[in-house]
Amino acid sequence: MSETSRNASKNASKIEIRGLRKSFGSNEVLKTISLDVAKGGVVALIGPSGSGKSTLLRCINLLVTPDGGSVRVGDTRFAFGAGTKLPDLKTLAKFRATTGMVFQHFNLFPHMTALQNVMEGPVTVRRMAKTDAETLARAQLAKVGLAEKADQYPATLSGGQKQRVAIARALAMEPDVMLFDEATSALDPELVGEVLAVMQRLASEGMTMVIVTHEIAFAREVADRLIFMRDGVVVEEGPARQVIDNPQKAATRAFLSHFHRTGALPPATTAS
Amino acid sequence: MYQWDFGILWSYRWLFLNGLGVTVGFTVVIVVLGLVFGLFGAFGTLSRFRAVRLVALTFIEAFRCTPILVQLIWFYYALPILAGVEMTPITASALALSLYGGSFYSEIIRGGIVSIDSGQSEAGAALGMTPIQAMRRIVLPQAIKRMIPALTNQSIIQFKNTSLVSVLAVPDLVYQSQVAAHDSYRPLETYTAVAVAYAAILIPLTILVRRGEKRLAVGE
Repeated sequence: MSETSRNASKNASKIEIRGLRKSFGSNEVLKTISLDVAKGGVVALIGPSGSGKSTLLRCINLLVTPDGGSVRVGDTRFAFGAGTKLPDLKTLAKFRATTGMVFQHFNLFPHMTALQNVMEGPVTVRRMAKTDAETLARAQLAKVGLAEKADQYPATLSGGQKQRVAIARALAMEPDVMLFDEATSALDPELVGEVLAVMQRLASEGMTMVIVTHEIAFAREVADRLIFMRDGVVVEEGPARQVIDNPQKAATRAFLSHFHRTGALPPATTAS
Repeated sequence: MYQWDFGILWSYRWLFLNGLGVTVGFTVVIVVLGLVFGLFGAFGTLSRFRAVRLVALTFIEAFRCTPILVQLIWFYYALPILAGVEMTPITASALALSLYGGSFYSEIIRGGIVSIDSGQSEAGAALGMTPIQAMRRIVLPQAIKRMIPALTNQSIIQFKNTSLVSVLAVPDLVYQSQVAAHDSYRPLETYTAVAVAYAAILIPLTILVRRGEKRLAVGE
């Protein structure tokens, strides 16, 4: 890598991925993937497990280091492959601070209260004063409907509440883009709705989002673009509704046949 | 039937107290130094660099897999000959016991760190933390709670291992008791009293640590 070009055109896409490759040992997980996400765009990544969608998502904030290709988020671009040097730890950390990520298993910090979880990024990474960080964190918790849970430890929260805290924690860094890695897959069915509702509102506020999900109905409703991946390649890509309602490729049709594609979203019962 | 006579020990009370002071002071030194070595050892074995891992592992295994008694004698008698490093018995035994304890501490610390789900440091990284920040803020606070029982255990062993320094004539409790036993011809009483003294210090300490663990467990 790492030419950090600051002259990227103003109206270019927010996320630009070119020729991305990644192998784990002899297993080629991503085979030359390219992807663009417009500013304020919401892209859903779907596909069977092992298709490489989570790895692709993790390459966007470089939690996984690609073997080749390039990743650009905003004005920061990294290139990988022969003859390029890996980014140093400081550069990586600074870059990741601008991309929020929500994990399938929440990964909340169990030794901190909900409030401390949300304050952690601003205080440790952004060097914000504790009082300012607390104000910010309380506002973010209120936004996900959990203002009154601020002083509780993660262990005492439900799965849906944990994931909403995790979203608030990511948002407290005021990121340019948000990445969701199967954010509702570990939740009991009745708790999925409250998390999707938060994500939907975030999308409507203009956040640039990439969502790895199995919630096809949600993707159809909220995403403007949909990417279907299988075996490390993009099989089909297009406007979300169009791809879901009228898939062109046999593989996409076969995959989508396992899901209810339309119908109401799970009830959005965001307790507040 | 043997006639116990503990009364005889009273005349050696200052000798015992002196020895006890040396034993306790020595333990504090080798626990603290051992933890420092252990910390270096643990982070050494977790290093990104192969050479660092190799050096750390070599040190740990060298001290973990040889008898402490041999190490004590080796530090005091062999180092001056081989390396020209002349040490007092106290320095030699403090160093040997700290390195010996450190090799066990480092495995405990390393085990505690790797037992924390990788999702934790990943979440820290995703927030923009450097690996050092994630270690300090996220991983270590959780890992330390898990390490405490094993670290306590190892520190108890450290405390009891100080009894071996008597072979280098460091005047600890055991060494002073030997003096008293030879002088009084009452080894049974003397060594029983020594055992009671060790237990009397350790049992309240272990109870204290157990209470501390419960307090640390809050929120989980």
